[in-house]
Amino acid sequence: MRLHKLILVALKSIARNKMRSLLTMLGIIIGVASVITMVALGEGSQKDIEGEVASLGTNLLMVRPGSIDTGGVRGGAGSRASLTMKDVARLEKNATQLRWVSAEVRASGQVIAGNNNWNTTITGVSPDYLAIRNYAIESGTFFTARDSKTRAKVAVLGKTVADELFPDSDPIGERLRIRNVPFKVIGVMAEKGQSSTGNDQDDIIFAPDNTVLYRLSNGKTIHDISASAISSEAMDAAKEELTTLLRSEHRLATDAEDDFIIRDQTEIVEMATQVTGTLTLLLSSIAGVSLLVGGIGIMNIMLVSVTERTREIGIRLAIGARPFDILAQFLIEAAILSLLGGAIGIFSGLSAAWGVGSLLGVSAVVNPAVVLTTVLFTGAVGVFFGFYPARKAANLNPIDALRYE
Amino acid sequence: MSEAQISLSHICKVFSLGDVEVKALDGLSLGIRQGEFVAIMGSSGSGKSTLMNILGCLDTPTSGSYRFESVPVETLNRRQLADLRNTKIGFVFQGFNLLARTTALENVELPLLYDRHRIVANPQARAIEALQRVGLGDRLDHEPNQLSGGQQQRVAIARALVTNPPIILADEPTGNLDSRTTLDILALFQKLNRDGLTLVVVTHETEVAKYAGRLIELRDGVLLRDEINRQPRDAQADLAVLTGEVSDEAA
Repeated sequence: MRLHKLILVALKSIARNKMRSLLTMLGIIIGVASVITMVALGEGSQKDIEGEVASLGTNLLMVRPGSIDTGGVRGGAGSRASLTMKDVARLEKNATQLRWVSAEVRASGQVIAGNNNWNTTITGVSPDYLAIRNYAIESGTFFTARDSKTRAKVAVLGKTVADELFPDSDPIGERLRIRNVPFKVIGVMAEKGQSSTGNDQDDIIFAPDNTVLYRLSNGKTIHDISASAISSEAMDAAKEELTTLLRSEHRLATDAEDDFIIRDQTEIVEMATQVTGTLTLLLSSIAGVSLLVGGIGIMNIMLVSVTERTREIGIRLAIGARPFDILAQFLIEAAILSLLGGAIGIFSGLSAAWGVGSLLGVSAVVNPAVVLTTVLFTGAVGVFFGFYPARKAANLNPIDALRYE
Repeated sequence: MSEAQISLSHICKVFSLGDVEVKALDGLSLGIRQGEFVAIMGSSGSGKSTLMNILGCLDTPTSGSYRFESVPVETLNRRQLADLRNTKIGFVFQGFNLLARTTALENVELPLLYDRHRIVANPQARAIEALQRVGLGDRLDHEPNQLSGGQQQRVAIARALVTNPPIILADEPTGNLDSRTTLDILALFQKLNRDGLTLVVVTHETEVAKYAGRLIELRDGVLLRDEINRQPRDAQADLAVLTGEVSDEAA
């Protein structure tokens, strides 16, 4: 029998038992829907992380102090206070593979403005920091190299801080006190949102590096150095140059370990990818199990269907259907059941991904390759689990099938 | 005399019911020639239905040889048997055996859809033609439950005819029908037979057998009687008598 006739017969048989067909498909629907949801959300958060890493800055390299080693007892990363403004100056002067360099000096404390106060982090940076980290100013201005030299008491507020301290007024030009040091607000940063780890990146105050170092911190060591390589191809060269320059600045012997750590964004991306990848794999395998269960459901109902329609099979065999025709008929019915379930599953999975995504603030990404794979896979599930019942039907003896009551 | 179209020699069919073995056919030998109209009679349990199923290649004998148009059927595989049933044999079942919730037209079309050797260009037209031949040209889109017994039986006959098989096997084709419809069907059979078709009809009604050209009677799986009916009755004429002078409304 020709394919379109077989499909027609199968559709008719499915439509005849609507409720039963729907319940049979339910397993597949749930399985496919969860696969689609998981993958869409997984890929979505992956994209979010990538976007966030890009927003961290282009070709970003971060230098942190290395671990301390006192007579064999090692401290953690950053325990050694090895970075200073001199390092930054050296890099600015000698580096050829770096476009921008900025120190990062952090201090935290209570910030008071009028009747409001707020505890936050004050980060001292150079004016290049904006370019390195892809930050933007929403209103006012950022400080200049001159402000840094003169240790000017100027501050640029993150959005959250601005909202907390100046809920009703424009903060530009206002005064505030950070740990009793008076500062003048000269600008407000554009909103940056949450980081991948859930930190509010807008809960921050920027001030010139030297200002923070000498007025709020210890006046000696800085916490980080952020730098931008001149291009993404130059990342490795830039890393090498950073290492050479800092080693020479720190006067390290050739056999001595680095007293600093250089990290770049690819590591962060890899780590994040690994985490979401593991999560997606885990959830997908759960979804895979439910597809398997759905397939068994199809097999079960196909067996019932074969028994129920034994007489029909007998009639078809008696008027000249080959065993293969019967096999094809039931296989196609199983495949259509499964594919129909798959289609409904894809549709509800996409809706669920979109719904959950907007609820959790994660974007859902629809990957056509995943949808196609799912379609092929559900078809295969149908054929695989339909095969046993179909073969049972095809192997019936015509006279036994006709006599079946 | 043409060569035997169907030739059975020493056919045995044994059913085992637990420990008991029942011999439905016991060394039956029989030949049927092209163009014959054979009625097979016998009481219940005489083996006539078993014989019919074997003739129709629906069942296989326990022993013995069955040659259909000189081909030993026992050498054919399941696929070849299906093709033989499809193209060479039209089978009319006792209980009609139409597909439920499927229109008369689709039921009749079905054997053509399974035909792989002669891809039929327009199966639907052929099915309509077959239904018109049995006088159901106006019932194409009716499903079995919308048709009377006689109409269902005629759909079944149309389904058997549609592939133009050389032989039609009918198992109690008039079993549940009133005498008027029975005569209708028999008239149709006689007409088909005159057109050259071989007809083998199983019946337990002596009246029905009188319309056949040859009468075979079975008892306990062996041949009891095999005789030629020199003067078969004419169903069309009897039908005219039954319906009185108003013969123009017949069938």
